[in-house]
Amino acid sequence: MIRLIGILAGLFFSVAVLWSLGNGVVAVAGQGYLKEATAESEFHLHPRELDLQSNGPFGTWDLAQLQRGFQVYKEVCAACHGLKFVAFRDLSALGYSDAEVKAIAAGFQVPGIDPNTGEATTRPGLATDYFPDPYPNAVAARAANNNAVPPDLSLMTKARHDGSAYVHSLLTGYRNLDTFSIDGKHVKDEFPDFSTPEGGHFNPYFANLNIAMPPPLTTAGQVTYAEGQPKPTVDQMAKDVSAFLTWTAEPKKVKRTQVGWPVLGFLLFATILAWFAKNQVWAAIKPKKPRVV
Amino acid sequence: MSFPWAKHYEPVNPLMRYLDEKLPLPRLVYNAIGGGYPVPRNLNYMWNFGVLAGFCLVLQIVTGVVLAMHYAANAGVAFSSVEHIMRDVNWGWALRYAHANGASAFFAVIYLHIFRGFFYSSYKAPREMVWLIGVTIFLLMMATGFMGYVLPWGQMSFWGAKVITGLFGAIPVVGEPIQIWLLGGYAPDNAALNRFFSLHFLLPFVIAGAVILHIWALHIPGSSNPTGIEVKKESDTIPFHPYYTAKDGFGLGVFLILYCVMLFLLPNYLGHPDNYIEANPLSTPAHIVPEWYFWPFYAILRAFTSDFFFIPAKLMGVLAMFSAILLWFFLPWLDKGPVRSGHYRPLFRKFFWFGLIPAMAVLFYCGGAPAEEPFVMLSQLATAYYFLHFLVILPIVSMIERPDPLPYSITEAVLGEDKAAVLGENATPGV
Repeated sequence: MIRLIGILAGLFFSVAVLWSLGNGVVAVAGQGYLKEATAESEFHLHPRELDLQSNGPFGTWDLAQLQRGFQVYKEVCAACHGLKFVAFRDLSALGYSDAEVKAIAAGFQVPGIDPNTGEATTRPGLATDYFPDPYPNAVAARAANNNAVPPDLSLMTKARHDGSAYVHSLLTGYRNLDTFSIDGKHVKDEFPDFSTPEGGHFNPYFANLNIAMPPPLTTAGQVTYAEGQPKPTVDQMAKDVSAFLTWTAEPKKVKRTQVGWPVLGFLLFATILAWFAKNQVWAAIKPKKPRVV
Repeated sequence: MSFPWAKHYEPVNPLMRYLDEKLPLPRLVYNAIGGGYPVPRNLNYMWNFGVLAGFCLVLQIVTGVVLAMHYAANAGVAFSSVEHIMRDVNWGWALRYAHANGASAFFAVIYLHIFRGFFYSSYKAPREMVWLIGVTIFLLMMATGFMGYVLPWGQMSFWGAKVITGLFGAIPVVGEPIQIWLLGGYAPDNAALNRFFSLHFLLPFVIAGAVILHIWALHIPGSSNPTGIEVKKESDTIPFHPYYTAKDGFGLGVFLILYCVMLFLLPNYLGHPDNYIEANPLSTPAHIVPEWYFWPFYAILRAFTSDFFFIPAKLMGVLAMFSAILLWFFLPWLDKGPVRSGHYRPLFRKFFWFGLIPAMAVLFYCGGAPAEEPFVMLSQLATAYYFLHFLVILPIVSMIERPDPLPYSITEAVLGEDKAAVLGENATPGV
């Protein structure tokens, strides 16, 4: 009885799904293509590989690079992008002394209350404060940025595929829509209706190809690096800020891999011992002839 | 299960004798997983996954309870509280990654455990109850995992919750009121998040209770084995301790290595980057997908794109997705033949390896892919085969197949000969 009902139920679902399949095949046959090609699907570029010292299972932080990257964030990005999950005290992991951290914090204005009148105002930051949002709310952010909200950057390199490489490629990836081509094919030829709206900028590393953010890094020397540091070319600044944002997304990243190797080493040792222990326990009863099943 | 030759618990240590007299817990442990539980001697490594699943449950409960000390289940602060755990709580990053990857490990182990059940027909009599409780545990795990993924309140948390709770709206007439009642609102919001946290904390303990029943139900007939032949005599079995405690110990070591590679070196590999973006009800992600362990069922859900007679496509998808798991409850009665193990069922094996496994692989892959061609058509073909396999092919195969000859006993299968083998009407293979 159960088998009969089962067979009927099986046929019910199979026929229903094959009916959907049939409709789909008819639709595809009518269209002439399997999946519609769009400008976004044909001309979106995947991030170029980025070689950071923190990459991979043996990575370490390049503190000098992180400090340069922080400098780029502070002088270029902080105008529009928040870093709300990072506290000023966290910067001591970059190699700054307590006094330097205090000075950095004091350089930012964070929301506060006037001690006399109680009205909302701003005050210089303390080490315990978090990086302040550049805009009081999303409405103000949109008003200042062509109706787009500049996203918080704390987790950006974890919130995108290949996030570290994505940030670097995006910042160095702005192109001219009229001249951009892949394998000799121009966007304008394949998709004549595609255009960049007013206030947008063409960047093939961005998923929608048109990004509201204007190129933030345009000239070498936009940020002045200290003596002994590499030259602040656009590419170098982009790399440094990518490294910094890799740190902000996961400050414990290097510690994680550094703790992991001894753990794996111990487990490998213990498992090898367990293997020999198991064989010793089973030696008494293991048959010498190969068994059937 | 006490086979007549099972060893009896005889404590020598006076403290153990005292404890056992007042509360026979030591005796219970000895009879369940100690020298007092005789087990077939020929179990292979596919039998390790039950213990590994139990380990994963304990791991999830321990890491989960500690995480719950630092997590805040309010929509305004949930995401921040998880970042607080990752950055400020001592070893918080390890707890969070342990719990997230622990869920993946738990499902990987369970799928292999169920896969063993499918191949060796562990669900057949007399172990039907073990199987029914097991499928119940799987459903509870799915509910727990779904609600747990909502808790960080990222984009995928919110939109995954929206899609899955939206399915209740497909139920005719009563669907929408039920959906609003379950969510505590019209869309996932603070009310839903709070109750999901409460239930996510509760269900693992329900699972623990079900696991105890699952093991108890198993210990009535005793474990099955790769030949599918029942235990006949003492030489067929060995005591669980030390043989299977040693073997499980090694298996646990291998599992922990793989798990720690994920945890320490690739903790976000199985996750989706969109869940590191705070939930935004006004911004729909480009592709909404659940965690990998739900992908086959998600593929089945999305395979039904056309209305079928008077049944809307959405409702067909929901019915199919739930039926895909609920039909497992009926396997002991769909596949009823006397031969259990796939080793002795050549026709069954062909459909298993060339039908079911490829279909499941396709469903897994398509579930994580965008809902576009060719993935939709592939899902539809694989879904058709999936339902045909369990509901049409298996019953027919079990009725018409000609199994290979079975060994007389487990002893014969392992040692190559069994001097007590008897021919004629006394021989009862496969029982």
